Amino acid sequence: MTGLAMPEPDAATLARRAEIVAGLRAIVPGEGVVETVNEMRAFESDGLTAYRQLPLVVVLPETTAQVSRVLEYCNERNIRVVPRGSGTSLSGGALPLEDAVLLVMSRFNRILEIDYPNRAVVAQPGVTNLGITHAVEGDGFYYAPDPSSQIACSIGGNVAENSGGVHCLKYGLTANNLLGIEMVLMNGEVVRLGGRHLDAEGYDLLGVMTGSEGLLGVVTEVTVRILRKPETARALLIGFPANEQGGQCVADIIGAGIIPGGMEMMDLPAIRAAEDFVHAGYPLDCEALLIVELDGPAVEVDHLIGLVEQIAIRNGSTSCRISQSEEERLTFWAGRKAAFPAVGRISPDYYCMDGTIPRKELPRVLAGMRELSEHYGLRVANVFHAGDGNLHPLILYDANVPGELDKAESFGADILRLCVKVGGVLTGEHGVGVEKRDLMPEMFSEADLDQQMRVKCAFDPNHLLNPGKVFPQLRRCAELGRMHIHRGQMPFPDIPRF
Amino acid sequence: MTMFKPETDAAVLEAVQWAVSEEQPLEIVGHGSKRAIGNEVGAEHVLDLSGLSGITLYEPEELVLSARAGTPLAEIEAAVAACGQELAFEPMDYGPLLGEQPGRGTIGGVLAANLSGPRRLKAGAARDHILGIHAVSGRGEAFKSGGRVVKNVTGYDLSKALANSWGTLAVATDVTFKVLPAAETETTLVVSGLLDDIAVAAMGLALGSSAEVSGAAHLPYPAVTRVAGAALGSDPATLLRVEGFGPSVAYRIGLLRQLLEKAGPMQEIEAEASRALWREVRDCIPFASVPHMPVWRVSMPPADGHNMVMALRMQAAVEAFYDWQGGLVWLAMAAGDPEAGLVRSLVQKCGGGHATLVRATPQQRAEIPVFQPQPPALAALSARLKAEFDPKNILNPGRMASAPERTIEGASS
Repeated sequence: MTGLAMPEPDAATLARRAEIVAGLRAIVPGEGVVETVNEMRAFESDGLTAYRQLPLVVVLPETTAQVSRVLEYCNERNIRVVPRGSGTSLSGGALPLEDAVLLVMSRFNRILEIDYPNRAVVAQPGVTNLGITHAVEGDGFYYAPDPSSQIACSIGGNVAENSGGVHCLKYGLTANNLLGIEMVLMNGEVVRLGGRHLDAEGYDLLGVMTGSEGLLGVVTEVTVRILRKPETARALLIGFPANEQGGQCVADIIGAGIIPGGMEMMDLPAIRAAEDFVHAGYPLDCEALLIVELDGPAVEVDHLIGLVEQIAIRNGSTSCRISQSEEERLTFWAGRKAAFPAVGRISPDYYCMDGTIPRKELPRVLAGMRELSEHYGLRVANVFHAGDGNLHPLILYDANVPGELDKAESFGADILRLCVKVGGVLTGEHGVGVEKRDLMPEMFSEADLDQQMRVKCAFDPNHLLNPGKVFPQLRRCAELGRMHIHRGQMPFPDIPRF
Repeated sequence: MTMFKPETDAAVLEAVQWAVSEEQPLEIVGHGSKRAIGNEVGAEHVLDLSGLSGITLYEPEELVLSARAGTPLAEIEAAVAACGQELAFEPMDYGPLLGEQPGRGTIGGVLAANLSGPRRLKAGAARDHILGIHAVSGRGEAFKSGGRVVKNVTGYDLSKALANSWGTLAVATDVTFKVLPAAETETTLVVSGLLDDIAVAAMGLALGSSAEVSGAAHLPYPAVTRVAGAALGSDPATLLRVEGFGPSVAYRIGLLRQLLEKAGPMQEIEAEASRALWREVRDCIPFASVPHMPVWRVSMPPADGHNMVMALRMQAAVEAFYDWQGGLVWLAMAAGDPEAGLVRSLVQKCGGGHATLVRATPQQRAEIPVFQPQPPALAALSARLKAEFDPKNILNPGRMASAPERTIEGASS
């Protein structure tokens, strides 16, 4: 690990390992407890493979009652717990700790109910994102959020990360498509939030849980809303001589009142890599490539395709192809969807970043990235969820060259600082995890972070659930709860009083 | 009583810090338009945010708007409408229902009450559109959360935590919302004469089709006579709204006509007349003219709400109408008694959800938990969250109270 400080392992817990394994076996019998080094290797890392750590022990419960008993057992003995879904996190959210039980939710893999009258699906958290769509697509429905890892990532993990995807500009993130959850708190209590009704009562704990990266509770059941699949979808593939024009085209489309189902941009290095890989017929004489997808009834899609084409021409597009068949539409997407592996072919390693910026700042941020690229001597390719300003710069490096990983990480951190500087944020959809943890002060003051940690205290006062993630510095809840009261006079000469 | 009316964030901070140091509870108000909702606040002092006003950023092409918390909602809606945009969650106006002037309310209040409207079933509520906040906690500390971009998972979403918190966790000073293009036009298909259960089935069919219905309401008698200047007649009316580009709206209305052709007589209401009708549904106008009746706002699974109403009609004199495909049930209790135990037990029995007593006399609100009491583990978690934001209980104390001693009795008869 390159300079990543994790919480000091608890010696007492390490010393009691055999006893803990036995205790967990008493709760989860059979093959539900994995403890040999060989078997635990599969769990030592998630999608952020630069970091690896074997856990204390792995437990794979099958029921909510088992999850509850495991957490209660650990809570009473002050044992840390790291929850894990499918392990596709790109930010190290499921990175194990040496002294922590790794709680793997993969056996929670059943769809519990499909409720068409209420357009809801109730699923266990280990069901994959795509698994939900597969369960209902025969009847013409789908689940809208579509992170690119959807074939593997779990719906419980989507809740933890508030996952998005290509379609979230129009259809929203996980938070906007989630109706309810059952979860277990670190003390073993089982709590249900929301249900099949549209708004949950009381404080919006469902909103707080979504994107909380496994630090507040372990989700054991998920209820999501499903949608009727649009009748048609068509895409435009538009080339621009400069990023500025591509960016302006995106702004003009939205300014015209059009919210496309998907709107993606790629820069020249990404276009080249993708074209070399999948031969999608991407133009190579442009600096920026825009894919705009419209979905809905054919009459609407055809109408909007015409409007978008005119906007593209007004912005100086050098090429504009409109998909004439479903096959052609999928070809347009093939290059974009293969962009990451395509970049993987032109470089031994790449490091994927995930900042979000106000869209108008795109030219400035891309220019800044070019300067940083020269400074660090590393290439960068960009794919960009253009509709919502979510950038995925891919920094190309070679881990076998000493120092290059460090350089790539510094480059990435500088990109994220730039995103924050122009009014953006550190992460749009991959999460903070361990990866961006130490950059949190770039965006938040100490008071901001303290208030977030106090929320953690309401759920898990002993910081036992997924510690070392999200927050750069852990502070005890007792210390966070202390009030610093400025006692004194009623100091309001400047407040009108009546 | 002291009335603080700060005009800057710093002055809000100062006021809350004073309240913390003196342990003096504050009632937090904007325009006070929803002051009659919730249990009685035990506070001698008022923190009035209506002076903290003004849009600070509006970039239509970025789909983002920031405003100080006391900015009138009407001002914001006018500003975005001028650019062909809207707050897509269609925040309702409680004024008419509560006997107040219409058109009041601040953007901070929109968040605090997590307002929404008929489009809730497609576009979500305020909590789905809030991007970021600046706020002062009950600890007397200023903090921020979120940002100004749509896609953001950096840290916990404390902006959402403030949604539906009714001023009990923190005082928002600035809010940033996502805005969206307003539809070019809209048409409402009205199907007449359906009983509640058939209407709910019809709405379910419509919502499950590709017509992209953005409003689905059912108005039984007498609610139906109190909208659209009584032009819908006295037969029950089921309303299905379709919004978008002209040709698309026409096509999708055709789809619905085909889908429901055997259901009953149909008519179409277009453009401005349709907008006016949905404003009346949104603002619960059918119960504005019967101010003596307590009103419940019940949220249930859309297909289940009507079963609760049917069971309730057996035991109490009640008027009802439905929004959100049947998932939002407005109940007016004709005999003047809220029948809290009965209503809440039937909600649990008929599919689950929650009931909020949004209109009631001060005495009723003193006796009945306005917000749905929660199961013990959830109530304890909510109380711990409150304590982390407001350990001395100085922000709107008691407003969301569902004191444990006020146990809910089950339906006895």
